[in-house]
Amino acid sequence: MEAYFHDLAAAIDGALEPGEVTIASFNAESTDYVRFNQGRVRQPGTVTQVAISIDLIRGKRHALSSATLAGRLADDVATLRWMLNDLRAFLGAMPEDPYLQYSNEVCSSSQRRPSPLVPAEHAVDSIIAAASGLDMVGIYAAGKICRGFANSMGQRNWHEVDNFNFEWSLYHQRDKAVKSAYAGFEWNDAELKARMQSARDHLEHLKTPPRTLDPGHYSAFFAPAAMQELLDMMRWGGFSEKQKQVKQSPLQKFYDGQLALNEMVTMTEYPAGGVAPTFQSEGYLKPDVLPLIEAGRPASTMVSPRTAQEYALAANGADSDESPDSVEMAGGALAESDAMAALDTGIYHGNHWYCNFSHRMNCRVTGMTRFASFWVEHGKIVAPLNVMRFDDSLFRVLGDNLEALTSTPELMIDNHTYDWRSTSSARLPGALVRDFALTL
Amino acid sequence: MLETMRQRFSELRSDAAFWSLRFVDERSRHMLVRQDVAEPASVSRDCGAMLSVYDRGGYGYAATADLSVDGLQSALDRATGWARTTARHSVIPPNLEVAHASGRRVSPGVSESQPSFGELLEIVEAESASARIDPRIVDWQASIEVLEAEHLLLTNGGGEVHQKFRFLVPDASVTAHDDGETQSRSLSGRGFCRQGGRKVLNDARLVGAGRRLAEEALMLVAAPNCPTGTRDLLLMPDQMMLQIHESIGHPIELDRILGDERNYAGTSFVTLDMLGTYRYGSELLNVSFDPTRDEEYASYAFDDEGTAAKKTLLIDRGILMRPLGGSLSQQRAGTPGVANTRACSWSRPPIDRMANLNVEPGNSSLDEMIAATEHGILMRTNLSWSIDDSRNKFQFGCEWGQLIDNGKLTTVVKNPNYRGVSATFWRSLEMVGNTATFEMLGTPTCGKGEPNQAIRVGHAAPACVFGDVAVFGGEE
Repeated sequence: MEAYFHDLAAAIDGALEPGEVTIASFNAESTDYVRFNQGRVRQPGTVTQVAISIDLIRGKRHALSSATLAGRLADDVATLRWMLNDLRAFLGAMPEDPYLQYSNEVCSSSQRRPSPLVPAEHAVDSIIAAASGLDMVGIYAAGKICRGFANSMGQRNWHEVDNFNFEWSLYHQRDKAVKSAYAGFEWNDAELKARMQSARDHLEHLKTPPRTLDPGHYSAFFAPAAMQELLDMMRWGGFSEKQKQVKQSPLQKFYDGQLALNEMVTMTEYPAGGVAPTFQSEGYLKPDVLPLIEAGRPASTMVSPRTAQEYALAANGADSDESPDSVEMAGGALAESDAMAALDTGIYHGNHWYCNFSHRMNCRVTGMTRFASFWVEHGKIVAPLNVMRFDDSLFRVLGDNLEALTSTPELMIDNHTYDWRSTSSARLPGALVRDFALTL
Repeated sequence: MLETMRQRFSELRSDAAFWSLRFVDERSRHMLVRQDVAEPASVSRDCGAMLSVYDRGGYGYAATADLSVDGLQSALDRATGWARTTARHSVIPPNLEVAHASGRRVSPGVSESQPSFGELLEIVEAESASARIDPRIVDWQASIEVLEAEHLLLTNGGGEVHQKFRFLVPDASVTAHDDGETQSRSLSGRGFCRQGGRKVLNDARLVGAGRRLAEEALMLVAAPNCPTGTRDLLLMPDQMMLQIHESIGHPIELDRILGDERNYAGTSFVTLDMLGTYRYGSELLNVSFDPTRDEEYASYAFDDEGTAAKKTLLIDRGILMRPLGGSLSQQRAGTPGVANTRACSWSRPPIDRMANLNVEPGNSSLDEMIAATEHGILMRTNLSWSIDDSRNKFQFGCEWGQLIDNGKLTTVVKNPNYRGVSATFWRSLEMVGNTATFEMLGTPTCGKGEPNQAIRVGHAAPACVFGDVAVFGGEE
């Protein structure tokens, strides 16, 4: 596929007219998706997708065209020529873009991680067998992910990985379930069985009659998966320089010095720790590490080339959404094995669900408990929790009310598959918090 | 292209009992001006096909953008392989009935010429410029997306469904900031999306929106917080849209009730035994699945498995009569449904989706609803949405709030939020607005499914009053 990408890039270069510059992003995936319900197969299929996006630049004028490709070079070269001619037809009528910025320094790279994925039919049989007798629902996604960048100055960047991600839930009844995941590069039946058995064991906790809590303030322990839902809200514009400039960042008061986070909070964008490409869509390479929050104080924001040009700043590898792709949060002093004892009495949050801002400017977030969340007394699980709504500011949760972070942050690969398979990830610790507000 | 696809389809070979080709060709153009600077115009073309097979009690699909005969045959073989190798594990009923339908639909606006980028740029530049009315305005933008789609469904039994669409999505938003406070107003929260041509821009009131939204954002930034307490709640159509979507639409999706979505989008508090008897709302609540309103965003004549679509009342005078489930889900559940098996793209398989889900208008004028409210609040334009995985406990926020005291609109308030429980909220429906308050809106990005799909849905609704709702505002 990398050679095919180079052929496409050469075809673009060969089709350019004097004074034209192009930057192009390339996506390709071939994925087996198998959906399960009630321990059986609901929808099995294979999706092969190839697409390219070309930014045609002439002076300070530019315009974008994207199209699906067939994966057959002769057909696709014709498509590329059609795209360029279509752009030329209206480019002259577009105004100049004062914020246009792209990389002039050629920094080519190639990262490949080929893996021997098992045939999907093998994985399906293994999953069905491992979930025998269980109400299992989930999705298996496996295959090749390719991302490429090419510009007419000769830069070429390539990212290719073969991986799988099986994410599933075991249901006891109604909304009481345990959620699990098995993701990686080489499938192992024994590993799947072990993870399924672990989920099966956790399911036993859900067979106790559930507890319904009154609204109020509770001590809470957030497992890393629950933390991910909360930190995704900070990633929604929180680290964006543009959003900060136009006063819409949920961390605005943090940047303005009005509110602080707990000194235990240190966050970085760390591309090498995740599975995302190390280049962004205008051809800039991402830094090895970009500190976002250091000991509770603001560090860098994410600055895209466009924002950099607008506000006379240096771009730092951010894409146009200025959101971290491979975020990491430093661990603390609490051993995972001591977490329940440290909680003593309160709520164990296994997962959160459907978070949104109830007051964006105070980074106040509402959302729900979901999956395996429990009422805990004296460090022991007493009962599963009926779902509860929370509504609290992350300035409190990760501020004065944060009591401890677990010592070994856990890597979680984003399983979203809107349009394409996500390459985002987060490596996060669990968190012990006091006075967490439940409202409904 | 269509004739080419028909010809290539005729050259495909399979001994599967049922197989189909669903071809989708979408072309879009998008123009956005932010803070008086035009961002690069963009065009896109997304074109491909999904081959689907039902055979020997199994189902499989394969999607490809390689539309050569070889590419399509390879996808058909892969889909057939999936159906056969997973049949012994499949949830598909062994005696499944599948449609070989034929028909055609063309949406409003298709016969018009495409607006040029120059035409789009002129409109959004003017709205951007008109928003800059005060130094406290810190961000402003206007945009238009025009999208054309052509869908062709061919089956091995001779079925052929051809549908053409033109969609328009105008949008604008303005943000004001003062003394540490930031407030935004938008054109229906990106909810003004319809099928049609240039008329949609007029109906959306995009022209004039820049200044209007800027004035409203300035009012909000100086406004007090929404008070906390229990009030009667008057929801305008651009919040009704979200209320319908989250707390009626998703809970009555049949695939959720059957458990397909439990690993991602969630389950439902609705169960099959509720159909025909469950009181979802007050006697005033009538909810229809209506893909027949020509200009509504998700109108069509056939769904993506070829079932003919027609208007169906799902909630009749408050009683839940029927779920949102397409042919396959109906046969799995043994209950009637509607034609709503839909895919967001050629690259994703069809599942149960909302399409157009509407609250039917009632008899009350907006003035009558305000006059009848002693202690209430009007909220408009969705800003925040959150609901539990059974689609019951919800909390929603709006851009704009205005108190109602003793039958009169009074103080504008910022950060208006409310919370409730779906199972009881609709029973507190006290007044339903007439056709003068009725608006057709929707959303381009309803998320659901594994693999994930963001799809177009439409929601038309009048303004409605709900009694005794918990409302609250932001933090000081």
